[in-house]
Amino acid sequence: MSQPYLSATAMRGGYGKADILNGCTLTVDQGQIAVIVGPNGAGKSTAMKAVFGMLNLREGAVTLGGEDITRLTPQERVHKGMGFVPQTHNIFPTMTVEENLEMGAYIRGDDYRETMEQVYHLFPAVADKRRQNAGELSGGQRQQVAVGRALMTKPRLLMLDEPTAGVSPIVMDELFDRIIEVARTGISILMVEQNARQALEIADIGYVLVQGANRYTDSGKALMADPEVRRTFLGG
Amino acid sequence: MSNTRQAEASSRWRAPVIFLIIVALFVLEGTTRNALFSGSWNSALAILNMGLISAVMALGVNMQWGYAGLFNAGVVGFLALGALGPVLVSTPPVQGAWAAGGMRVIVALVVGLGTLALATQVWKRVAAPISFFVMPLVLLVGFVLYRYLFDPAVMAIEANNAASAGNIGGLGLPVLLAWPVGAALAAAAAWGIGKVALGLRSDYLAIATLGIGEIIVAVLRNEEWLARGVKNMSGIPRPVPYELDLQSDPDFVAKAAHWGVDIATASGIWVKLMYAGLFGLVLLALILLAELALKSPWGRMMRAIRDNETAASAMGKNIKGRHLQIFVIGSAVIGLAGAMMVTLDGLLSPGSFNPLRYTFLVWVMVIVGGSGNNWGSVLGAVLIWFLWIKAEVWGPELMSLLTAPLPDGALRTHLLESAPHMRFVAMGLVLLLVLRFAPRGLVPEK
Amino acid sequence: MDFLNAIVALLNFVVIPAAAYGAQLALGALGVTLIYGILRFSNFAHGDTMAFGTALVIIVTWGLQALGISLGPLPTALLALPIGIALCSAFVLGTDRVVYRFYRKKKSEPIILVMASVGVMFVMNGVTRLLIGVDEIRFDDGARFLIAVQDFKTWTGLNEGLALRVSQVITFVVTALACWALFRFLNRSRAGKAMRAYADNEDLALLSGIDPERVVRLTWIIATALAVTAGTLYGLDKSFKAFNYFQILLPIFAAAIVGGLGNPLGAVAGGFIVAFSEVAVTYPWKKVAAYLGFQSDGLLQLLSTEYKFAVSFVILIIVLLFRPTGLFRGKAY
Repeated sequence: MSQPYLSATAMRGGYGKADILNGCTLTVDQGQIAVIVGPNGAGKSTAMKAVFGMLNLREGAVTLGGEDITRLTPQERVHKGMGFVPQTHNIFPTMTVEENLEMGAYIRGDDYRETMEQVYHLFPAVADKRRQNAGELSGGQRQQVAVGRALMTKPRLLMLDEPTAGVSPIVMDELFDRIIEVARTGISILMVEQNARQALEIADIGYVLVQGANRYTDSGKALMADPEVRRTFLGG
Repeated sequence: MSNTRQAEASSRWRAPVIFLIIVALFVLEGTTRNALFSGSWNSALAILNMGLISAVMALGVNMQWGYAGLFNAGVVGFLALGALGPVLVSTPPVQGAWAAGGMRVIVALVVGLGTLALATQVWKRVAAPISFFVMPLVLLVGFVLYRYLFDPAVMAIEANNAASAGNIGGLGLPVLLAWPVGAALAAAAAWGIGKVALGLRSDYLAIATLGIGEIIVAVLRNEEWLARGVKNMSGIPRPVPYELDLQSDPDFVAKAAHWGVDIATASGIWVKLMYAGLFGLVLLALILLAELALKSPWGRMMRAIRDNETAASAMGKNIKGRHLQIFVIGSAVIGLAGAMMVTLDGLLSPGSFNPLRYTFLVWVMVIVGGSGNNWGSVLGAVLIWFLWIKAEVWGPELMSLLTAPLPDGALRTHLLESAPHMRFVAMGLVLLLVLRFAPRGLVPEK
Repeated sequence: MDFLNAIVALLNFVVIPAAAYGAQLALGALGVTLIYGILRFSNFAHGDTMAFGTALVIIVTWGLQALGISLGPLPTALLALPIGIALCSAFVLGTDRVVYRFYRKKKSEPIILVMASVGVMFVMNGVTRLLIGVDEIRFDDGARFLIAVQDFKTWTGLNEGLALRVSQVITFVVTALACWALFRFLNRSRAGKAMRAYADNEDLALLSGIDPERVVRLTWIIATALAVTAGTLYGLDKSFKAFNYFQILLPIFAAAIVGGLGNPLGAVAGGFIVAFSEVAVTYPWKKVAAYLGFQSDGLLQLLSTEYKFAVSFVILIIVLLFRPTGLFRGKAY
């Protein structure tokens, strides 16, 4: 087997002087869903931000499709095929759904209408509201717009920071279904999740982080089956 | 770490150094006669007196900005209200004015304020759908009643001896008593505006105060019954002797002869020195009070709120209430400066209340001096005031030097004529440079 | 007949002047609201930008007149306007480069930017004084009236006359064109949408690859163009006096806040709301009332014209008290 599509190895770094990440490694293969779980303050979101270049690493390297991107800015990483959906403030509220998608495609010089149709196809609920302001939509639909916006650059790797925070269980299931669908088109998914059980159910690979370092790494199913993981992180 | 200590060591010397520079400038102005300085102690002391008053204004603004981060863009209005104090309290009564309509005006104003109070109560107490109709109705009826009472009363007062008076007149009390009244007037207006605009975004207070400032000045310009409007109110009594009285006082004439100064100059300097002493006393008392307040638990709380509003609010501090306090106190100090200013001039001329001069120049003084530091604001005020006055002279001097190679013509004339306006550019640049390169001012906060 | 007279008087003294004034305020408020939305501070230098830009337009107008160039019945200033906008934009972009950009990079508090704009206001005020002085200047040439009072009376046989000045018609046409172009730009063009996106969510706009400096430059240019246009129209309609442009800052801020700071449509609506209130409250209604059969001894004027700024202020206070985000929900957080 060749090198994984995304490989972030031995990452060390933080915002101030103290490191939040202490040798954290994340890899995702083509079309795989990778989920990062762990207790509060474990550095889950920080790890993802480090992968996206929103945080300077003291040590470690990030490669995407075999290319070293450790020194690139987030914008340059978007060009390289990364898409990122922040946890909050992830839409343009006073712009229509369609304009949100257009802004997602801002860096593309080519015709993006086909991609937009694909996004609408993936999220029929927001397709019906394409002329409505994104800020007026329900929480779940906003998340769909946010994911759709990130998909507009045709990323090879889509990163989601707690996409189901604050939505109802039904909406969460719906959203996870969509994410599986996205992964089936060959896009790799890297996702931080608070709802660990449900997320691990759909995960090809799961990372349990504790204090900025990998504690357990296995397939989602295996982690769910591991009694130690269940007791400590999944509440029995 | 050593860096900070070094900075502390140098900042300890900053205030005395700037003080010495200011002293040197005033001595030069008083003694040296050349293109830059007038060589007249009368001129130097006149600048100093207004500089001291500016320092009081700067203290007020510094309380609001330096202690609490409030941007008051209506300094000119609070100053004008303070200036009204001496007019209403210490000018001699106008014969017949009160009989003509004094009581009616007061009743009308009470009706007006009562209407506002009643409308507020209606809005608070009456349930939602009904209050939408009742409150405007209250306001409408109140307004009609107010105008019905107010207009004829004002006409009567203004008709009374219109050529030389036409105003309600004062109470004829000593002028020093009028100073706290001026401060109280400004404080009352600040309370009203603070109630509305505090607690919202910081620039909203700036815009609201900009508005109240313009309106207060408009009131002073147009309400002739109050202070004769643009006809100006002169003859405001003084707390110090008049020059003419001194000149006819044999004792003083003898003293002037003894000092070897001609009597006109001597009397002018003597009066100005007395003013300077008086203003200096007020200024020192204010600084003392301000410093004591700043070191008290109250002052520590104010600074805690300024530095981190969220944390202070989480600790249960009533931020809006504290801000209202400091806003009212600061405005009262500005009002006091207004009262002092008309006392010095002996004249209230609402036409001269210009926001650039009386609001934004005071801001330059505070920012340059060092926001948050009372001594800094005071030194900044005196320094900037000196430069502002002298720049009017220096601008044309500089321009004539610069344009000397140019042939005489329309361009040169235009440049020379407009040179006094260069001081606006200069003040803007000073503000921008200090804000950028020394944001904590010449004398930083400790 | 009297009813018609009342309507004509109303049009002549209230509706037309207020509409022209409202259009000028709307253009000014649009600039303030755009700067607020993108740069996130209230620009106190906006009034003096209007004055400075108008002074440039006047100087170019004089130059054109000296060259014998004119627009016939239209004021020459219209020809000078684009040049004035270009010159003023260059100056404003310069202030952004040397003043505001520093604080933007440092992510300073909005109030520091407001303070910096006070410094810029001083500089622009001084430069305007240096350029053109402080006196009142009239620079409207060409025809004065589209409809003159006497002609209107002869045509209609009414007692009341109606005047429609060329400057008013130009104000309406230019404002309509400017608003149409602006809203088309904001809603249709890529750059305009990028501006709205940046105003909506700065971080996400950065993630989407929008260049913030480009958005900021564009905002300054558009706001300046609107300000200079507003200032020139105001000067043509009334007269140019630098201090009046400082004073107009208050109604402009009121208009922008009434409409919701950061909301362009709100700014236009706010401009007209403030202007109509101001004119309606300071107009002596005696004449109109008399035509409608109510004789009155008083002028029936709610407030004398000297207090017109009080109207903006009261509107401002009402909005701050009851709806601080403005009628159209701006971004007051």
